Amino acid sequence: MSKDSSAQPADVLRPRHVGAPIKRTEDPRLLTGSGEYAADRKPDRPLHIAFRRSEQPHARLTRIDTAAAQTAPGVFAVFTAEDIAEDFKPVIPFSRMANYYATPIMPLASGKVRYVGEAIVAVVATSRYLAEDALELIEIEFEPLGTVSRSELAVAQDAPLLHEEAGTNVLIAREFKKGDVEADLKSAAVRVSGRFEMTRKAPLAMEPRSYTAEYDVRRGAITLYTSSNIPGIVRDAISESLGLPGSRLRVVAPDVGGSFGSKGSLYPEELLICIAARKLGRSLKWTADRLEDVSSSSQAFAEIVDAEMGFDENGVAVALQADVLGDVGAYSIYPWTCGLEPVQVVSFLPGPYKIRSYRGAVRGVATCKPPTGPYRGVGRPISTFVAERLMDLGAKALGLDPMEIRRRNLVCAEEFPYRIASGIIWDKTGFVECLDTAGAACGYEQLRVRQAEARSDGRLFGIGIASYAELTGIGSRIAVAPGMPINTGSETAKIFIDSTGAITAAFGVASHGQGLETTLAQIIADDLGANFADIRVIQGDSDAVPMSTGTYASRSAVLGGGAAKHASALLRDKIKRVASHLLEASHDDIEVSGGKAIVIGTDRAVTFRQVAKAVYSDMKTLPVDAREELSASYTYDPINGTTAAATHIAAVEVDPATCFVKIQKYVVAEDCGQIINPMIVDGQVHGGVAQGIGAALFEELVYDEDGQLLSASLVDYVIPSAPEVPDMDVVHIESESAVAGGFRGMGEGGTIGAPAAIANAIADALSPFDIDVNLLPMTPERIFRLIEQAKLKAKEKSE
Amino acid sequence: MTVNVSVTVNGTRHDVSGVEPRLLLSDFLRETLGLTGTHVGCEHGVCGACTVLMDGHSVRSCLMLAVQANGSEITTVEGLGAPEALNALQTQFREHHGLQCGFCTPGMLMTGEDLLRKYPLATDEEIREGLSGNLCRCTGYQNIVAAIRSAAAILRENV
Repeated sequence: MSKDSSAQPADVLRPRHVGAPIKRTEDPRLLTGSGEYAADRKPDRPLHIAFRRSEQPHARLTRIDTAAAQTAPGVFAVFTAEDIAEDFKPVIPFSRMANYYATPIMPLASGKVRYVGEAIVAVVATSRYLAEDALELIEIEFEPLGTVSRSELAVAQDAPLLHEEAGTNVLIAREFKKGDVEADLKSAAVRVSGRFEMTRKAPLAMEPRSYTAEYDVRRGAITLYTSSNIPGIVRDAISESLGLPGSRLRVVAPDVGGSFGSKGSLYPEELLICIAARKLGRSLKWTADRLEDVSSSSQAFAEIVDAEMGFDENGVAVALQADVLGDVGAYSIYPWTCGLEPVQVVSFLPGPYKIRSYRGAVRGVATCKPPTGPYRGVGRPISTFVAERLMDLGAKALGLDPMEIRRRNLVCAEEFPYRIASGIIWDKTGFVECLDTAGAACGYEQLRVRQAEARSDGRLFGIGIASYAELTGIGSRIAVAPGMPINTGSETAKIFIDSTGAITAAFGVASHGQGLETTLAQIIADDLGANFADIRVIQGDSDAVPMSTGTYASRSAVLGGGAAKHASALLRDKIKRVASHLLEASHDDIEVSGGKAIVIGTDRAVTFRQVAKAVYSDMKTLPVDAREELSASYTYDPINGTTAAATHIAAVEVDPATCFVKIQKYVVAEDCGQIINPMIVDGQVHGGVAQGIGAALFEELVYDEDGQLLSASLVDYVIPSAPEVPDMDVVHIESESAVAGGFRGMGEGGTIGAPAAIANAIADALSPFDIDVNLLPMTPERIFRLIEQAKLKAKEKSE
Repeated sequence: MTVNVSVTVNGTRHDVSGVEPRLLLSDFLRETLGLTGTHVGCEHGVCGACTVLMDGHSVRSCLMLAVQANGSEITTVEGLGAPEALNALQTQFREHHGLQCGFCTPGMLMTGEDLLRKYPLATDEEIREGLSGNLCRCTGYQNIVAAIRSAAAILRENV
C-alpha cells in the first residue's frame, strides 16, 4: 500500500484508460483563460440587470416607487413583481411527503419579503454600473412583521408566521422508527447523549452565480447560459413556468466555477432573466457580486440535533434516537424541497453501523434567512458528526479504543446487503477495510504513542476517527429528495461517429469542476475501442439529449458512466457489423480498439474513418441495408444506487495560548469501487476534506436577532486558505460494485468525514479538560471559552 | 467626465478613450478589452481570482481603477501561454491536477508567476504562505502546491 495509490493493485487486469491518471481535456482552455463561464458570454449589445434586495428580514411591501429609477441614465426597464405577474406561473417545489408545505418560487418578492437579500426590484440598464446607480433611486416602504431569527424561535407559540397559508412555520416534519428504542435504551449498559449543532454555512463556489440570457429574435427563442449544475431541471422548470417549449428554450451550463450545491437549485433570478429577455426582446446579463451570492444563494446545514445512543457491555450499539431541528430558511427550494437537508440527517444517522433500534424525528422550520439547499454531503456531514461523536463518547464510557468500538459496530463483509435502521440498504462496500486501512496508513499505534508523549509535555494533541457511508448513483427507485416527482434516476448517453470519423458523445450531466469531459471519454475510449483524443464529450446542454437533469448527489460517474458503457457497446457492435462487410470476416472475429476494427490475429483492419466513409459517403462498398447510421443512445438506470464509504483519521494539536487548531496529519481511506481516474479521485477527496475543515474550524454564517447577516464578506466568512489545509494521504479500496462499470460516486465524501474526524480529534486533544465538542465550527474563541469554563469548573470542584 | 487610458496588455498597446474614472481595472480588462480570462470572485480583494501582473508585480484588478493602470504594462492569464502551448507553470498545473473548476486558476497562475520570480520557494510552507491570498474551493490546495513546487524545481535546474 502506498499513499495516493491503490491498496489492491490490479493494474495488469485494468483496461487502458479507465483507472489511469489521464490528464484532463478541460485543462488547456481553463489554464489559458480560454474557458467560457456564463459571465464570459458576449451576446450582441447585452443589457445588464441589477437587483434591489430587501434590507428587511420580514416585512410587508406597502409601496414601491420606481419612477425615478425608470428615467435614470441608461435604464431600459424596471420590473417589480406586479409588472411581470402575467408572464409566468410560480414554480412549486412539490413533494408527496406528508407534513410538508411547498412554498412557491417567485422571480421577485410579491406582497412581502422573508429574508434580507431577497430580490424585490430588477433594473435593466446598458451597464451594470448604471443599473446599480438606478437602484439607489428606488423607494420602498416596508411594514415590519417581526423577525424569526432562529429555529427555536420559529416553533414558539407566538412566532410570526412566514407563510400564513401554511398555518405554521414547520414546513416539514418526518419520523423514522425501527424497533423499540425506549426499551433498548433502558436495558443498555451505557447511554451517551448530547445536543449537537452544525451552524449555517455557505457552499461558496469561487464563481458567484451568473446568468446570461441570449434572445434570438428570429425564433422568439432564449438560450440561458447559467452557472448551474442542473441545467436540465432548470430548462424544464422555466419551460413550464414561462410556457416556452424546449425547442425555444435551451439551457446551457458552460464552464461552471464550482457549485458544491449552491448552484444546484432553480433560482428566482434565472426565472427573472428569462422573463425580462422575452419581454424586452434583448439579451441580458447578470452576475451576483459576492454579497449577493452569499446572502441569496442556498445555504447549508443549520441543524440542532438532540441525540442519544445506547451500548451493551461489549460496546455494541443497540439503540439510537435523535430529534433534529433544521433551520431551513424562508422558502422551500426547487426541485429538492426544504426537506432535502434536514430529512437526510435522520435517514443517514445510523450510518455504516448495525444498530438494532432507531428513532429519528426531524422538523424543518422556516426562518428569515435564505433557503438551505444542497451542500456537498447533504445531511451526512451532520449525521456523521453526531454519530461519530456518540461513538467516541461510548468508547470513552466503556474504556474502549475509538478504533475498536467502530470495528465492533460496522457492517462487515459477509453481512451485505444490509438494511440500516432508517431503511437505507448498503450494498457490499469495504466499511471495515476502510477503517483498517486508514488505521494502518496513519500509523495509528504510533500516533497514540506520539499523543502520550505530547500529553506528558503538557501539549494538547488529539486523534479523531470518522467512518461513514453514503448512497451514490441513485437510480429511479429512490428519490434523491423525499417524495420528489421528477426523475433523477436515469442518465442518457448519445454517441455518434460522424462522416469524418470523429466521435461525439453527448450527456445530460453537467460538470462544474469534476472533469467529466475527461472521465466519460476514458470510459468510451475503452468500451468503444476508440482513441481518447478523438472523443468529444458534450455535457451541460439541454439540447444535447432529449431529457436531462444534471450533476448532483454523486451520480455522474455511476449514471453517466453506466450510460456511456452501454451506448459504447451498442455502437461498437455497429462498427463490427460494418467492418465484417469491409474486411470479409465474421463479426465474432473482429475486435475494436484504438479507433480501428481489426480481424483478430491479423493485420487486416479498418479505421473508424474508413468505416464512416463506407457508411455515409462511399455508396459502393456496403449493401444498402448495411448502411446503419453510426450512432447509439442509451438511458441507464441503476435502479437502486450504490454505496460509497470511507474512514477519515485526523491528528490535531490545539495551541493552549491561541486556541488555534493545527492539523498535524490527515488520512482518508475510501472505497469508490472501480476508479476511473485516480488523479481526479484524489483531487475530489482533497477538496472535500478542505471544505470539511472549513466547516469544522472556520465557516459560519452568523445572523443576528434582526435577521441581518454579519458574516457576508470573505473577510468575515472564512474559508480555508493554503496554510490551513494540511497535506493529506488518500488510500483507495476498490471493492466491487454491482452497477455498470463497478463505479461508486465519490465527489462529496471528503466533506462528510472531515468535520466529524476533526471534532473527535479536538475532543481527544482537550480530554485533559473533559470538554465535549458538540458545536461546529470550533473556532479559537469557542475553544478558549470551553477551556476557561472547564478550568473554572475544575477549580470550583477542588474548592 | 471620462478619461483616456493607455495600457499595454500582454504586449499589445491599447489607447482607450471615454473611460469612466470609476471603472474597475477588472471590468476594463473583461468588458472593454474582452479579456475574460481574468475572473472576478469577490470584488473586495480577498479571493485573488482577479490577480494580474502590473509592471511585473501581482495586483488585484478588482481593487484598482482602470485609470490607475494608465501607462503601465499588464500581463493577464491570456499572456502566459496558449491551449496548444502552455507555459512552464501552466504545464505543471496540468501535470499535478492543480485545477478543477478553473475559476480561481488565472489568479493562482498570476500569483504563482510572481512568487516564482521573487522567492526561492524552497519549502511547502513558503509556497502555502505565498498562496494564502488566493482562495480555491475545489482542490484543497495540495495539488496547486505540488504544481508550484515542481515549477520552482524546474526553474532552479534551468538557472
